[in-house]
Amino acid sequence: MMMTQHGTDPEFRPLGVDGILVRFSKVLTDQANAAALAFRDVVQQQGLDGVTEVASSLTSIRVGFDPTVTNRAVLQTQLQDLVHAHATDTPAAKRLWHIPVAFGPAHAPQLGEAAKRAGVTKAQAIADLTDQTVRVIAIGFAPGQPYLGMLPAHWDIPRQTTLTERLPRGALITAVRQLIIWAAEAPTGWRHIGQTAFDVYRPDADQPFAFAPGDTVRFVHVPDNEMADLLANADADGGARCEALQ
Amino acid sequence: MMLTVHDIGPGVTIQDLGRPGWTARGLSQGGAVDRLALLEAAALLGADPGQAVLEMMGFGGSFSTDQDTRIALTGAVMQASIDGAPVAPNTSQLLRAGQRLTIGGARQGVYGYLAFAGGMQTPQIMDSRAAHLTAGINGLVQAGDTIPVGPDPDFLAGPVTLPVDDRLSGGAIRIMPGPQTDYFAPETLERFANTPFRRSPRGNRQGARLDCDGPGFTMAGATNIASDLVLPGDLQMTGDGVPYVLLAECQTIGGYPRIGTVIPADLPKVAQAMPGAHLQFTWLDVADADATNQPERVILQTLRHACTAMRRDPHEIADLLSYQLISGMTPGDDLERP
Repeated sequence: MMMTQHGTDPEFRPLGVDGILVRFSKVLTDQANAAALAFRDVVQQQGLDGVTEVASSLTSIRVGFDPTVTNRAVLQTQLQDLVHAHATDTPAAKRLWHIPVAFGPAHAPQLGEAAKRAGVTKAQAIADLTDQTVRVIAIGFAPGQPYLGMLPAHWDIPRQTTLTERLPRGALITAVRQLIIWAAEAPTGWRHIGQTAFDVYRPDADQPFAFAPGDTVRFVHVPDNEMADLLANADADGGARCEALQ
Repeated sequence: MMLTVHDIGPGVTIQDLGRPGWTARGLSQGGAVDRLALLEAAALLGADPGQAVLEMMGFGGSFSTDQDTRIALTGAVMQASIDGAPVAPNTSQLLRAGQRLTIGGARQGVYGYLAFAGGMQTPQIMDSRAAHLTAGINGLVQAGDTIPVGPDPDFLAGPVTLPVDDRLSGGAIRIMPGPQTDYFAPETLERFANTPFRRSPRGNRQGARLDCDGPGFTMAGATNIASDLVLPGDLQMTGDGVPYVLLAECQTIGGYPRIGTVIPADLPKVAQAMPGAHLQFTWLDVADADATNQPERVILQTLRHACTAMRRDPHEIADLLSYQLISGMTPGDDLERP
Protein backbone atom coordinates (compact mmCIF):
# COMPACT_ATOMS: atom_id res chain seq x y z
CA MET A 1 0.00 0.00 0.00
CA MET A 2 1.37 3.40 -0.87
CA MET A 3 0.79 5.37 2.29
CA THR A 4 0.57 8.67 0.52
CA GLN A 5 -2.01 7.45 -1.99
CA HIS A 6 -4.64 7.38 0.74
CA GLY A 7 -6.10 10.48 2.26
CA THR A 8 -3.88 13.40 3.09
CA ASP A 9 -0.22 13.44 3.98
CA PRO A 10 0.56 13.00 7.67
CA GLU A 11 0.89 15.96 10.00
CA PHE A 12 4.16 16.66 11.80
CA ARG A 13 3.82 17.96 15.34
CA PRO A 14 6.16 18.50 18.27
CA LEU A 15 5.83 15.99 21.11
CA GLY A 16 8.30 17.21 23.69
CA VAL A 17 11.56 19.08 23.12
CA ASP A 18 13.16 15.94 21.71
CA GLY A 19 10.44 14.37 19.63
CA ILE A 20 8.35 14.65 16.48
CA LEU A 21 4.91 13.08 16.19
CA VAL A 22 3.96 11.95 12.69
CA ARG A 23 0.18 11.67 12.71
CA PHE A 24 -1.68 9.97 9.88
CA SER A 25 -5.15 10.80 11.19
CA LYS A 26 -6.80 12.50 14.13
CA VAL A 27 -9.43 9.79 14.32
CA LEU A 28 -8.77 6.09 14.13
CA THR A 29 -9.17 4.36 10.79
CA ASP A 30 -7.78 1.01 9.67
CA GLN A 31 -5.93 2.82 6.93
CA ALA A 32 -4.25 5.32 9.25
CA ASN A 33 -3.32 2.54 11.65
CA ALA A 34 -1.75 0.46 8.90
CA ALA A 35 0.14 3.51 7.66
CA ALA A 36 1.47 4.29 11.14
CA LEU A 37 2.62 0.71 11.84
CA ALA A 38 4.25 0.49 8.42
CA PHE A 39 5.95 3.88 8.72
CA ARG A 40 7.35 2.91 12.11
CA ASP A 41 9.11 -0.03 10.42
CA VAL A 42 10.42 2.26 7.67
CA VAL A 43 11.89 4.77 10.13
CA GLN A 44 13.41 2.05 12.30
CA GLN A 45 15.07 0.45 9.29
CA GLN A 46 16.56 3.78 8.16
CA GLY A 47 18.72 4.21 11.26
CA LEU A 48 18.67 8.01 10.91
CA ASP A 49 21.40 9.88 12.78
CA GLY A 50 20.36 11.00 16.24
CA VAL A 51 17.09 9.03 16.38
CA THR A 52 16.71 7.59 19.88
CA GLU A 53 13.33 5.83 19.75
CA VAL A 54 10.51 5.12 17.34
CA ALA A 55 7.19 4.37 19.04
CA SER A 56 3.82 3.84 17.40
CA SER A 57 0.30 4.44 18.59
CA LEU A 58 -3.02 3.95 16.83
CA THR A 59 -2.55 6.51 14.08
CA SER A 60 0.85 8.06 14.68
CA ILE A 61 4.48 7.45 15.48
CA ARG A 62 6.81 9.46 17.69
CA VAL A 63 10.41 9.78 16.60
CA GLY A 64 12.65 10.81 19.49
CA PHE A 65 15.96 12.53 18.80
CA ASP A 66 19.19 13.51 20.51
CA PRO A 67 19.51 17.30 20.09
CA THR A 68 23.30 17.13 20.21
CA VAL A 69 23.31 14.95 17.07
CA THR A 70 20.40 16.28 15.00
CA ASN A 71 17.58 18.78 15.32
CA ARG A 72 13.88 19.10 14.68
CA ALA A 73 14.16 20.78 11.29
CA VAL A 74 16.65 18.27 9.86
CA LEU A 75 14.79 15.26 11.18
CA GLN A 76 11.41 16.52 10.04
CA THR A 77 12.72 16.99 6.49
CA GLN A 78 14.13 13.46 6.53
CA LEU A 79 10.82 12.05 7.75
CA GLN A 80 8.86 13.98 5.13
CA ASP A 81 11.13 12.57 2.44
CA LEU A 82 10.62 9.05 3.79
CA VAL A 83 6.85 9.42 3.78
CA HIS A 84 6.97 10.34 0.13
CA ALA A 85 9.59 7.82 -0.93
CA HIS A 86 8.40 4.62 0.68
CA ALA A 87 5.76 2.14 -0.26
CA THR A 88 5.02 -0.43 2.40
CA ASP A 89 2.69 -3.38 2.64
CA THR A 90 0.44 -3.85 5.61
CA PRO A 91 2.10 -6.75 7.44
CA ALA A 92 0.04 -9.95 7.39
CA ALA A 93 -1.10 -11.26 10.77
CA LYS A 94 1.24 -13.92 12.14
CA ARG A 95 -0.84 -15.07 15.11
CA LEU A 96 -4.50 -15.50 16.07
CA TRP A 97 -5.40 -15.59 19.76
CA HIS A 98 -8.66 -17.27 20.83
CA ILE A 99 -9.53 -15.67 24.17
CA PRO A 100 -12.45 -16.71 26.43
CA VAL A 101 -14.67 -13.86 27.65
CA ALA A 102 -17.74 -13.78 29.91
CA PHE A 103 -20.62 -11.34 29.40
CA GLY A 104 -22.82 -12.14 32.42
CA PRO A 105 -23.98 -9.43 34.84
CA ALA A 106 -21.14 -10.09 37.29
CA HIS A 107 -18.56 -9.61 34.57
CA ALA A 108 -20.02 -6.99 32.27
CA PRO A 109 -21.63 -4.20 34.30
CA GLN A 110 -21.83 -1.75 31.39
CA LEU A 111 -22.67 -4.13 28.53
CA GLY A 112 -26.32 -3.05 28.50
CA GLU A 113 -25.45 0.64 28.45
CA ALA A 114 -22.83 0.18 25.72
CA ALA A 115 -25.18 -1.97 23.60
CA LYS A 116 -27.86 0.70 23.89
CA ARG A 117 -25.43 3.38 22.71
CA ALA A 118 -24.45 1.12 19.81
CA GLY A 119 -28.15 0.68 19.00
CA VAL A 120 -28.22 -3.11 19.48
CA THR A 121 -29.56 -5.60 22.01
CA LYS A 122 -27.22 -7.28 24.49
CA ALA A 123 -27.40 -10.51 22.49
CA GLN A 124 -26.51 -8.67 19.27
CA ALA A 125 -23.70 -6.90 21.07
CA ILE A 126 -22.20 -10.20 22.18
CA ALA A 127 -22.51 -11.51 18.63
CA ASP A 128 -20.76 -8.38 17.29
CA LEU A 129 -17.91 -8.87 19.73
CA THR A 130 -17.40 -12.58 19.11
CA ASP A 131 -18.16 -12.98 15.39
CA GLN A 132 -15.32 -10.77 14.25
CA THR A 133 -11.54 -11.14 14.29
CA VAL A 134 -9.94 -7.96 15.64
CA ARG A 135 -6.37 -6.81 15.25
CA VAL A 136 -3.84 -5.46 17.78
CA ILE A 137 -3.67 -1.95 16.39
CA ALA A 138 -1.49 -0.57 19.19
CA ILE A 139 0.00 -1.56 22.52
CA GLY A 140 0.11 1.00 25.23
CA PHE A 141 -1.24 3.00 28.13
CA ALA A 142 -0.12 0.14 30.37
CA PRO A 143 2.56 -2.50 29.73
CA GLY A 144 1.47 -4.93 27.03
CA GLN A 145 -2.09 -3.61 26.94
CA PRO A 146 -3.61 -4.05 23.45
CA TYR A 147 -5.92 -1.73 21.59
CA LEU A 148 -8.05 -4.02 19.40
CA GLY A 149 -10.10 -3.01 16.40
CA MET A 150 -11.96 -2.07 14.49
CA LEU A 151 -15.50 -2.89 15.57
CA PRO A 152 -18.41 -2.16 13.19
CA ALA A 153 -19.28 1.50 12.71
CA HIS A 154 -22.24 1.45 15.14
CA TRP A 155 -19.71 0.83 17.96
CA ASP A 156 -18.33 4.34 17.51
CA ILE A 157 -19.46 5.27 21.03
CA PRO A 158 -17.64 7.96 22.98
CA ARG A 159 -15.77 7.53 26.23
CA GLN A 160 -17.58 8.40 29.42
CA THR A 161 -16.79 11.89 30.66
CA THR A 162 -16.49 10.52 34.20
CA LEU A 163 -13.78 8.03 35.03
CA THR A 164 -14.31 4.53 36.37
CA GLU A 165 -11.81 4.47 39.22
CA ARG A 166 -10.86 0.82 39.09
CA LEU A 167 -11.46 -2.21 36.91
CA PRO A 168 -10.47 -5.82 37.37
CA ARG A 169 -7.40 -6.95 35.42
CA GLY A 170 -8.50 -8.64 32.22
CA ALA A 171 -11.66 -6.55 31.90
CA LEU A 172 -12.87 -6.14 28.32
CA ILE A 173 -13.70 -2.49 27.78
CA THR A 174 -14.81 -0.48 24.77
CA ALA A 175 -14.94 2.97 23.21
CA VAL A 176 -14.70 4.44 19.69
CA ARG A 177 -14.87 1.10 17.78
CA GLN A 178 -12.09 -0.44 19.85
CA LEU A 179 -11.67 -3.00 22.60
CA ILE A 180 -9.01 -3.18 25.29
CA ILE A 181 -8.10 -6.07 27.55
CA TRP A 182 -7.45 -3.91 30.60
CA ALA A 183 -4.14 -4.22 32.42
CA ALA A 184 -3.71 -0.91 34.21
CA GLU A 185 -4.13 0.16 37.81
CA ALA A 186 -5.67 3.39 36.64
CA PRO A 187 -9.02 5.05 36.07
CA THR A 188 -10.59 4.86 32.62
CA GLY A 189 -13.46 6.39 30.68
CA TRP A 190 -14.04 3.22 28.63
CA ARG A 191 -17.04 1.01 29.41
CA HIS A 192 -16.69 -2.41 31.04
CA ILE A 193 -18.51 -4.89 28.79
CA GLY A 194 -16.91 -8.26 29.51
CA GLN A 195 -14.27 -10.14 31.45
CA THR A 196 -11.31 -12.27 30.40
CA ALA A 197 -8.78 -14.13 32.53
CA PHE A 198 -5.97 -13.15 30.16
CA ASP A 199 -2.83 -11.41 31.45
CA VAL A 200 -1.44 -9.19 28.70
CA TYR A 201 1.64 -8.45 30.81
CA ARG A 202 3.66 -11.04 32.70
CA PRO A 203 6.54 -9.20 34.36
CA ASP A 204 8.17 -12.39 35.65
CA ALA A 205 8.02 -14.28 32.36
CA ASP A 206 10.77 -14.51 29.74
CA GLN A 207 8.36 -12.83 27.32
CA PRO A 208 6.73 -10.16 29.50
CA PHE A 209 4.43 -8.90 26.73
CA ALA A 210 1.84 -11.36 25.37
CA PHE A 211 0.94 -9.36 22.27
CA ALA A 212 2.91 -7.93 19.37
CA PRO A 213 1.45 -5.23 17.10
CA GLY A 214 -0.40 -6.91 14.23
CA ASP A 215 -1.53 -9.98 16.25
CA THR A 216 -5.18 -10.88 15.76
CA VAL A 217 -7.77 -11.88 18.38
CA ARG A 218 -11.03 -13.79 18.34
CA PHE A 219 -13.15 -13.62 21.52
CA VAL A 220 -14.91 -16.83 22.60
CA HIS A 221 -18.08 -16.44 24.71
CA VAL A 222 -18.01 -18.54 27.90
CA PRO A 223 -20.56 -18.68 30.74
CA ASP A 224 -19.87 -16.82 33.99
CA ASN A 225 -19.19 -19.99 36.00
CA GLU A 226 -16.56 -21.09 33.50
CA MET A 227 -14.94 -17.63 33.70
CA ALA A 228 -14.92 -17.88 37.49
CA ASP A 229 -12.90 -21.09 37.16
CA LEU A 230 -10.52 -19.48 34.67
CA LEU A 231 -10.04 -16.46 36.95
CA ALA A 232 -9.34 -18.75 39.90
CA ASN A 233 -6.64 -20.52 37.90
CA ALA A 234 -3.17 -18.96 37.98
CA ASP A 235 -2.62 -19.54 34.24
CA ALA A 236 -1.70 -16.23 32.59
CA ASP A 237 -3.39 -17.29 29.34
CA GLY A 238 -6.78 -17.60 31.06
CA GLY A 239 -7.85 -20.44 28.78
CA ALA A 240 -6.66 -18.64 25.65
CA ARG A 241 -5.09 -20.45 22.72
CA CYS A 242 -2.56 -18.93 20.34
CA GLU A 243 -2.77 -20.14 16.75
CA ALA A 244 0.15 -19.54 14.39
CA LEU A 245 -0.99 -18.23 11.00
CA GLN A 246 0.87 -18.60 7.76
CA MET B 1 27.28 -3.13 52.25
CA MET B 2 23.75 -3.48 53.54
CA LEU B 3 21.27 -0.71 54.20
CA THR B 4 18.79 -1.55 56.94
CA VAL B 5 15.40 0.15 56.84
CA HIS B 6 14.18 0.62 60.42
CA ASP B 7 11.14 2.80 59.71
CA ILE B 8 9.72 3.97 56.41
CA GLY B 9 7.23 6.46 55.01
CA PRO B 10 4.31 5.30 52.85
CA GLY B 11 5.71 6.39 49.49
CA VAL B 12 9.36 5.33 49.32
CA THR B 13 10.67 3.49 46.26
CA ILE B 14 14.01 2.69 44.68
CA GLN B 15 14.46 4.81 41.56
CA ASP B 16 17.00 5.51 38.87
CA LEU B 17 16.65 7.08 35.42
CA GLY B 18 14.16 4.42 34.35
CA ARG B 19 13.69 2.23 31.28
CA PRO B 20 13.78 4.15 28.00
CA GLY B 21 12.87 2.43 24.76
CA TRP B 22 9.85 0.28 25.70
CA THR B 23 7.13 2.74 24.70
CA ALA B 24 6.06 0.58 21.76
CA ARG B 25 5.23 -2.27 24.16
CA GLY B 26 3.34 -0.02 26.54
CA LEU B 27 5.95 0.45 29.26
CA SER B 28 6.72 4.07 30.06
CA GLN B 29 10.24 5.10 31.01
CA GLY B 30 9.43 5.71 34.67
CA GLY B 31 12.35 6.43 37.00
CA ALA B 32 12.70 9.34 39.38
CA VAL B 33 9.93 11.94 39.29
CA ASP B 34 12.54 14.69 39.81
CA ARG B 35 15.33 13.55 37.52
CA LEU B 36 17.41 16.63 38.28
CA ALA B 37 17.69 15.44 41.90
CA LEU B 38 19.44 12.26 40.70
CA LEU B 39 21.90 14.29 38.66
CA GLU B 40 22.56 16.52 41.67
CA ALA B 41 23.20 13.50 43.88
CA ALA B 42 25.54 12.03 41.28
CA ALA B 43 27.46 15.32 41.12
CA LEU B 44 27.76 15.57 44.90
CA LEU B 45 28.98 11.99 45.28
CA GLY B 46 31.09 11.80 42.12
CA ALA B 47 28.87 8.91 41.13
CA ASP B 48 27.32 7.57 37.95
CA PRO B 49 23.96 9.30 37.30
CA GLY B 50 22.44 5.91 36.53
CA GLN B 51 22.86 4.73 40.11
CA ALA B 52 19.72 3.87 42.03
CA VAL B 53 18.60 5.95 45.01
CA LEU B 54 15.66 6.07 47.40
CA GLU B 55 12.82 8.34 46.32
CA MET B 56 10.79 9.50 49.31
CA MET B 57 7.38 11.03 48.65
CA GLY B 58 6.59 13.42 51.49
CA PHE B 59 8.24 11.42 54.24
CA GLY B 60 11.47 9.46 54.65
CA GLY B 61 12.26 6.89 57.30
CA SER B 62 15.19 5.78 59.43
CA PHE B 63 18.15 3.91 58.10
CA SER B 64 21.59 2.57 58.95
CA THR B 65 24.41 0.89 57.07
CA ASP B 66 27.03 -1.63 58.14
CA GLN B 67 29.90 0.27 56.50
CA ASP B 68 30.94 3.90 56.26
CA THR B 69 29.60 5.62 53.18
CA ARG B 70 28.96 9.08 51.86
CA ILE B 71 25.34 10.00 51.29
CA ALA B 72 23.50 12.97 49.83
CA LEU B 73 19.97 14.28 50.20
CA THR B 74 18.58 16.10 47.17
CA GLY B 75 15.18 17.18 45.87
CA ALA B 76 12.60 18.06 48.53
CA VAL B 77 14.08 19.51 51.73
CA MET B 78 13.26 17.02 54.47
CA GLN B 79 13.96 17.09 58.18
CA ALA B 80 17.04 14.90 58.47
CA SER B 81 19.60 14.00 61.11
CA ILE B 82 22.39 11.55 61.80
CA ASP B 83 22.31 10.42 65.43
CA GLY B 84 20.49 13.66 66.22
CA ALA B 85 22.83 16.04 64.36
CA PRO B 86 21.06 17.89 61.52
CA VAL B 87 21.94 16.94 57.95
CA ALA B 88 22.03 19.67 55.33
CA PRO B 89 20.41 19.10 51.95
CA ASN B 90 22.42 19.16 48.72
CA THR B 91 25.63 18.34 50.58
CA SER B 92 27.61 15.12 50.69
CA GLN B 93 27.85 13.66 54.20
CA LEU B 94 29.62 10.79 55.83
CA LEU B 95 27.32 8.20 57.38
CA ARG B 96 29.33 5.97 59.68
CA ALA B 97 28.54 2.30 60.09
CA GLY B 98 25.81 1.87 62.66
CA GLN B 99 24.80 5.52 62.83
CA ARG B 100 21.08 6.20 62.58
CA LEU B 101 20.00 8.41 59.68
CA THR B 102 16.51 9.73 60.33
CA ILE B 103 14.56 11.49 57.58
CA GLY B 104 11.20 12.99 58.49
CA GLY B 105 8.61 15.00 56.63
CA ALA B 106 9.21 17.28 53.68
CA ARG B 107 9.50 20.91 54.75
CA GLN B 108 9.64 22.10 51.16
CA GLY B 109 8.86 20.08 48.06
CA VAL B 110 7.33 16.63 47.66
CA TYR B 111 9.96 14.16 46.41
CA GLY B 112 13.18 13.83 48.43
CA TYR B 113 16.07 11.62 47.37
CA LEU B 114 18.59 9.71 49.49
CA ALA B 115 21.62 8.66 47.49
CA PHE B 116 24.53 6.48 48.57
CA ALA B 117 27.94 6.87 46.92
CA GLY B 118 27.92 3.25 45.77
CA GLY B 119 24.25 3.20 44.68
CA MET B 120 21.57 0.68 45.54
CA GLN B 121 22.54 -2.71 44.14
CA THR B 122 19.22 -4.48 43.85
CA PRO B 123 18.67 -6.78 40.83
CA GLN B 124 18.00 -5.11 37.52
CA ILE B 125 14.82 -5.70 35.54
CA MET B 126 15.05 -4.56 31.91
CA ASP B 127 18.33 -2.76 32.75
CA SER B 128 16.91 -0.71 35.61
CA ARG B 129 16.34 -1.00 39.35
CA ALA B 130 13.47 1.48 39.41
CA ALA B 131 10.12 0.56 40.88
CA HIS B 132 7.36 1.10 38.31
CA LEU B 133 4.32 0.71 40.48
CA THR B 134 1.64 0.79 37.79
CA ALA B 135 3.60 -1.77 35.75
CA GLY B 136 3.99 -4.06 38.74
CA ILE B 137 7.79 -3.81 38.65
CA ASN B 138 9.15 -3.86 42.20
CA GLY B 139 7.23 -2.14 44.97
CA LEU B 140 7.35 0.16 47.96
CA VAL B 141 10.27 -0.05 50.37
CA GLN B 142 9.10 -1.63 53.64
CA ALA B 143 10.27 -1.33 57.24
CA GLY B 144 12.63 -4.19 57.99
CA ASP B 145 13.99 -4.38 54.44
CA THR B 146 17.69 -4.81 53.96
CA ILE B 147 18.91 -3.42 50.66
CA PRO B 148 22.33 -4.08 49.12
CA VAL B 149 24.35 -0.90 48.54
CA GLY B 150 27.63 -0.63 46.66
CA PRO B 151 30.73 0.24 48.71
CA ASP B 152 31.77 3.89 48.70
CA PRO B 153 34.94 3.97 46.57
CA ASP B 154 36.05 7.27 48.12
CA PHE B 155 34.52 7.70 51.54
CA LEU B 156 37.41 9.91 52.70
CA ALA B 157 36.45 12.57 50.18
CA GLY B 158 35.61 15.76 52.03
CA PRO B 159 32.07 17.04 52.06
CA VAL B 160 30.98 19.08 49.07
CA THR B 161 27.91 21.20 48.61
CA LEU B 162 25.90 22.27 45.59
CA PRO B 163 24.03 25.54 45.32
CA VAL B 164 20.58 24.72 43.99
CA ASP B 165 18.02 27.08 42.46
CA ASP B 166 14.66 26.93 44.19
CA ARG B 167 12.34 24.52 42.41
CA LEU B 168 10.28 23.58 45.45
CA SER B 169 7.83 26.49 45.59
CA GLY B 170 5.85 26.32 42.36
CA GLY B 171 5.82 29.54 40.32
CA ALA B 172 6.15 30.17 36.60
CA ILE B 173 6.13 27.07 34.39
CA ARG B 174 7.02 27.16 30.70
CA ILE B 175 4.94 25.03 28.33
CA MET B 176 5.25 24.24 24.64
CA PRO B 177 2.68 23.27 22.03
CA GLY B 178 2.02 19.57 21.55
CA PRO B 179 0.21 17.51 18.91
CA GLN B 180 -3.24 18.49 20.20
CA THR B 181 -2.73 22.11 21.20
CA ASP B 182 -4.50 23.35 18.09
CA TYR B 183 -7.56 21.22 18.93
CA PHE B 184 -8.29 23.83 21.60
CA ALA B 185 -9.81 27.20 20.79
CA PRO B 186 -7.28 30.09 20.85
CA GLU B 187 -9.22 31.77 23.65
CA THR B 188 -8.97 28.56 25.73
CA LEU B 189 -5.19 28.52 25.25
CA GLU B 190 -4.98 32.16 26.28
CA ARG B 191 -7.21 31.62 29.29
CA PHE B 192 -5.03 28.67 30.33
CA ALA B 193 -1.96 30.91 30.49
CA ASN B 194 -3.91 33.60 32.36
CA THR B 195 -5.28 31.26 35.00
CA PRO B 196 -3.55 30.87 38.36
CA PHE B 197 -3.45 27.19 39.31
CA ARG B 198 -2.87 25.46 42.61
CA ARG B 199 -1.25 22.07 42.96
CA SER B 200 -3.98 19.71 44.15
CA PRO B 201 -3.35 17.22 46.96
CA ARG B 202 -4.33 14.56 44.41
CA GLY B 203 -1.31 13.22 42.66
CA ASN B 204 1.24 10.46 42.54
CA ARG B 205 4.12 9.27 40.39
CA GLN B 206 1.77 9.14 37.39
CA GLY B 207 0.64 12.72 37.48
CA ALA B 208 -0.32 15.78 39.48
CA ARG B 209 -3.74 17.35 39.40
CA LEU B 210 -4.08 21.12 39.21
CA ASP B 211 -6.98 23.09 40.66
CA CYS B 212 -8.26 26.49 39.63
CA ASP B 213 -11.29 28.69 40.00
CA GLY B 214 -13.63 29.01 37.03
CA PRO B 215 -14.57 26.66 34.21
CA GLY B 216 -12.44 23.76 32.99
CA PHE B 217 -10.42 23.64 29.79
CA THR B 218 -12.39 21.54 27.35
CA MET B 219 -12.44 21.18 23.58
CA ALA B 220 -15.21 20.21 21.18
CA GLY B 221 -15.24 16.52 20.15
CA ALA B 222 -12.66 15.48 22.73
CA THR B 223 -14.27 12.13 23.41
CA ASN B 224 -13.84 10.90 19.84
CA ILE B 225 -10.20 11.66 19.08
CA ALA B 226 -7.87 8.68 18.75
CA SER B 227 -5.77 7.80 21.78
CA ASP B 228 -2.21 8.87 21.15
CA LEU B 229 1.30 8.78 22.59
CA VAL B 230 1.84 10.80 25.76
CA LEU B 231 4.95 11.93 27.62
CA PRO B 232 5.86 13.13 31.11
CA GLY B 233 5.15 16.85 31.13
CA ASP B 234 2.03 16.58 28.99
CA LEU B 235 -0.90 18.61 30.29
CA GLN B 236 -3.84 16.26 29.97
CA MET B 237 -7.42 17.42 30.45
CA THR B 238 -9.95 15.07 31.95
CA GLY B 239 -13.43 15.00 30.46
CA ASP B 240 -14.51 17.95 32.58
CA GLY B 241 -11.41 19.93 31.66
CA VAL B 242 -9.35 19.51 34.83
CA PRO B 243 -5.62 19.54 34.03
CA TYR B 244 -3.21 16.83 35.13
CA VAL B 245 0.51 17.19 34.51
CA LEU B 246 1.79 13.74 33.60
CA LEU B 247 4.87 12.60 35.52
CA ALA B 248 7.47 9.82 35.32
CA GLU B 249 5.11 6.88 35.65
CA CYS B 250 2.45 8.10 33.23
CA GLN B 251 0.99 5.79 30.64
CA THR B 252 2.43 5.54 27.15
CA ILE B 253 -0.86 6.27 25.34
CA GLY B 254 -3.73 8.41 26.55
CA GLY B 255 -7.14 9.30 25.24
CA TYR B 256 -7.75 12.62 26.92
CA PRO B 257 -6.82 15.80 25.09
CA ARG B 258 -3.55 17.49 25.91
CA ILE B 259 -3.29 21.24 25.76
CA GLY B 260 0.52 21.31 25.73
CA THR B 261 3.69 20.00 27.36
CA VAL B 262 5.71 21.33 30.30
CA ILE B 263 9.33 21.62 29.16
CA PRO B 264 11.69 19.18 30.94
CA ALA B 265 13.61 22.04 32.57
CA ASP B 266 10.48 23.10 34.47
CA LEU B 267 8.91 19.71 35.13
CA PRO B 268 10.69 19.25 38.50
CA LYS B 269 9.01 22.48 39.65
CA VAL B 270 5.60 20.98 38.99
CA ALA B 271 6.52 17.65 40.59
CA GLN B 272 7.93 19.34 43.68
CA ALA B 273 5.13 21.89 44.17
CA MET B 274 3.41 21.10 47.46
CA PRO B 275 -0.38 20.91 47.63
CA GLY B 276 -1.69 24.47 47.49
CA ALA B 277 1.44 25.87 45.79
CA HIS B 278 0.71 28.31 42.96
CA LEU B 279 1.61 27.50 39.37
CA GLN B 280 1.27 29.78 36.37
CA PHE B 281 1.89 28.66 32.80
CA THR B 282 3.64 30.57 30.03
CA TRP B 283 3.59 29.49 26.39
CA LEU B 284 6.90 29.10 24.54
CA ASP B 285 6.97 28.57 20.80
CA VAL B 286 8.56 25.33 19.60
CA ALA B 287 11.93 26.87 18.71
CA ASP B 288 12.27 28.57 22.09
CA ALA B 289 11.24 25.37 23.86
CA ASP B 290 13.74 23.30 21.88
CA ALA B 291 16.45 25.79 22.84
CA THR B 292 15.91 24.97 26.52
CA ASN B 293 16.66 21.28 25.95
CA GLN B 294 19.86 20.21 27.62
CA PRO B 295 20.82 16.54 27.57
CA GLU B 296 21.18 15.13 31.06
CA ARG B 297 24.89 14.46 30.56
CA VAL B 298 25.42 18.17 29.87
CA ILE B 299 23.41 19.16 32.95
CA LEU B 300 25.48 16.74 35.02
CA GLN B 301 28.73 18.32 33.78
CA THR B 302 27.47 21.74 34.86
CA LEU B 303 26.43 20.42 38.26
CA ARG B 304 29.78 18.72 38.83
CA HIS B 305 31.53 22.03 38.21
CA ALA B 306 29.16 23.84 40.57
CA CYS B 307 30.00 21.58 43.54
CA THR B 308 32.27 23.26 46.06
CA ALA B 309 34.17 21.89 49.05
CA MET B 310 32.50 22.65 52.36
CA ARG B 311 34.30 25.16 54.56
CA ARG B 312 32.67 25.06 57.91
CA ASP B 313 33.40 26.63 61.25
CA PRO B 314 34.85 23.73 63.30
CA HIS B 315 32.50 24.67 66.16
CA GLU B 316 29.55 23.84 63.95
CA ILE B 317 30.81 20.42 63.03
CA ALA B 318 29.01 18.03 65.32
CA ASP B 319 30.95 15.05 64.06
CA LEU B 320 34.34 16.72 64.06
CA LEU B 321 35.84 13.90 66.05
CA SER B 322 34.92 11.38 63.41
CA TYR B 323 36.76 13.36 60.73
CA GLN B 324 39.88 13.54 62.89
CA LEU B 325 39.74 9.86 63.65
CA ILE B 326 39.89 8.86 60.04
CA SER B 327 42.53 11.35 58.93
CA GLY B 328 45.54 9.61 57.50
CA MET B 329 43.67 6.40 56.79
CA THR B 330 42.88 5.15 53.33
CA PRO B 331 39.94 3.10 52.11
CA GLY B 332 42.38 0.20 51.62
CA ASP B 333 41.48 -0.41 48.02
CA ASP B 334 43.87 2.08 46.45
CA LEU B 335 45.51 -0.54 44.28
CA GLU B 336 42.22 -1.75 42.91
CA ARG B 337 41.00 1.65 41.91
CA PRO B 338 41.10 2.61 38.26
